[in-house]
Amino acid sequence: MIKKFLYSQKVAPYVFVLPFILVFLFFWVYPLGSSFGMSFQKIQLGQEASWVGFSNYEKLMGDGVFLKAVTNSAVYMVLTLAVLIPFPMLFAVLINNKFMWGRDFFKSSFFFPALTSVVVAGTIFRLMFGEMEGSLINSVLAWFGIGPVKFLKGQVTGFVALVSLATWRWTGVNMLYFLAGLKNIPDEYYEAASIDGASSLQKFTRITMPLLKPTTIYVLTISIYAGLAMFIESMMLWNGNNSPKNIGLTIVGYLYRQGIEKNNLGYAAAVGIVLLAITMVINLTQLAFSGMFKKEE
Amino acid sequence: MSRDTSVKIILFVFFAILCALILIPFYAVTIASFKPGEDLIRYGLNLSFDLSVMNFDNFVYLFSGNHAYFTWFFNSLLLTIVQVVLTLLVSATVAYGFSAYEFKGKNFLFICVLLIMMVPFEILLLPLYTLTHNIGLMNSYSAIVLPGIASAATIFFFRQYLRGVPKEIIAAGRVDGATEYGIYVRLILPVMKPSFAAMAILNGMNSWNNFLWPFMVLSDAGKYTLPIGLKTLLTPYGNNYDLLIVGSFFSILPIFILFVAFQKYFIDGMTAGAVKG
Repeated sequence: MIKKFLYSQKVAPYVFVLPFILVFLFFWVYPLGSSFGMSFQKIQLGQEASWVGFSNYEKLMGDGVFLKAVTNSAVYMVLTLAVLIPFPMLFAVLINNKFMWGRDFFKSSFFFPALTSVVVAGTIFRLMFGEMEGSLINSVLAWFGIGPVKFLKGQVTGFVALVSLATWRWTGVNMLYFLAGLKNIPDEYYEAASIDGASSLQKFTRITMPLLKPTTIYVLTISIYAGLAMFIESMMLWNGNNSPKNIGLTIVGYLYRQGIEKNNLGYAAAVGIVLLAITMVINLTQLAFSGMFKKEE
Repeated sequence: MSRDTSVKIILFVFFAILCALILIPFYAVTIASFKPGEDLIRYGLNLSFDLSVMNFDNFVYLFSGNHAYFTWFFNSLLLTIVQVVLTLLVSATVAYGFSAYEFKGKNFLFICVLLIMMVPFEILLLPLYTLTHNIGLMNSYSAIVLPGIASAATIFFFRQYLRGVPKEIIAAGRVDGATEYGIYVRLILPVMKPSFAAMAILNGMNSWNNFLWPFMVLSDAGKYTLPIGLKTLLTPYGNNYDLLIVGSFFSILPIFILFVAFQKYFIDGMTAGAVKG
């Protein structure tokens, strides 16, 4: 009886998707719900929780360190978007050129940094941006007569290191996304444009860019997410969650500090909810503006 | 020289320079792993290829076994294998459910898959941490494997792949009297093989490099994975730098070898999620 029920065409699909339903309920809905609930409580591991209404959120609005973390995350996101969308797109178009030698080799080498773990990549960059004269970046600066810079002690220079790390790791990946997008543009478009006497720049702005839009939106969406949720990169560069004057503190870093390091679970949960809200608002606005929702069948 | 040739040369030189910039950190790590750790502390990571200070001491130390490096290494390996096998099987099954059937709630559930891809996992850190704590899974690998077992990105990829598989296979299976599950196991899984390769590599890479969540869950040094172990070596004391740098070098090596052998799948896996225009 049970076997017959489970084997029917009506029930089988649910059996197939059951693991997702379970994981979704247990590891997403429940934690999200409890995170939301926790954000209205004063709660510490091993102690009785108490309801505090909106006070965590009110406190957050006046919390200078939190605002610093939000600013850092936002600046990091904007900078990574500014670097990691135009350049990979340009490189993809160039490398896709029929005049290119060694295309596969370059594609692979560009992609390779993405294979390293953040721990290893962060360590390498921390040492490269070290403050000694002999450290890689400083020894290069010395050729130009610029004295050793204490990169990780200043706001701007610290971000130079952070953004360099992101650029190094993700340029190749984004380039691959754009290359995949370019594959879907029929050659005939370019041929027709050539016949009409279009210049390379015109072909790029009138054909390539508009037709790459879905890819660009995809890359934009994941980059917004990754930029706002960045944490370990900063943790590795500053060897911990504490950077001088919090120059490298991010939203998730603050969540981690409050929740795990200080056992302020309720307050940290509120940080998480704010992060969720920011991510969703930015991404949904971006998707709405780019007309993604209209396109859905 | 024709115009075409000069374009070729300019492009080539341009990419060669970029490529050199990208590979410099790897070169620096490789060189550094042959130098004593105190050099790293005194002079920082640099490009100086100085044979008078370079030797194999770090490698000898790495393989001497007087530390937990290879315990972490094999933990990572084990965890990666378990995670990849389970994630692929579960996600493929779910994806098949989404692609082969029309059922009530299907659209809603699929929107949930897409939403998960947009919610930062990091905001779940605390509730998952307390949940893991409460159900007694702290310091266990189950706590690391289970939440990711029905991976949204992997489900999405498999579903896209299955769209290209003719539905007639399923109908033919039914005519031949196979059960719904028999069709999946005997007819569909074999067809999915190429997509498994791409996802195995992508998930394997993520799992091998995964840091934050395992770092929060695992407290017993004997259970650490490689990234966590390496992170614990980051102390201001010189001795660890020997192991840190050669260990970092050695942790990239397996992926490098895999990458060289299966380049195509890495690249397919990476670009598969991208939206088609």
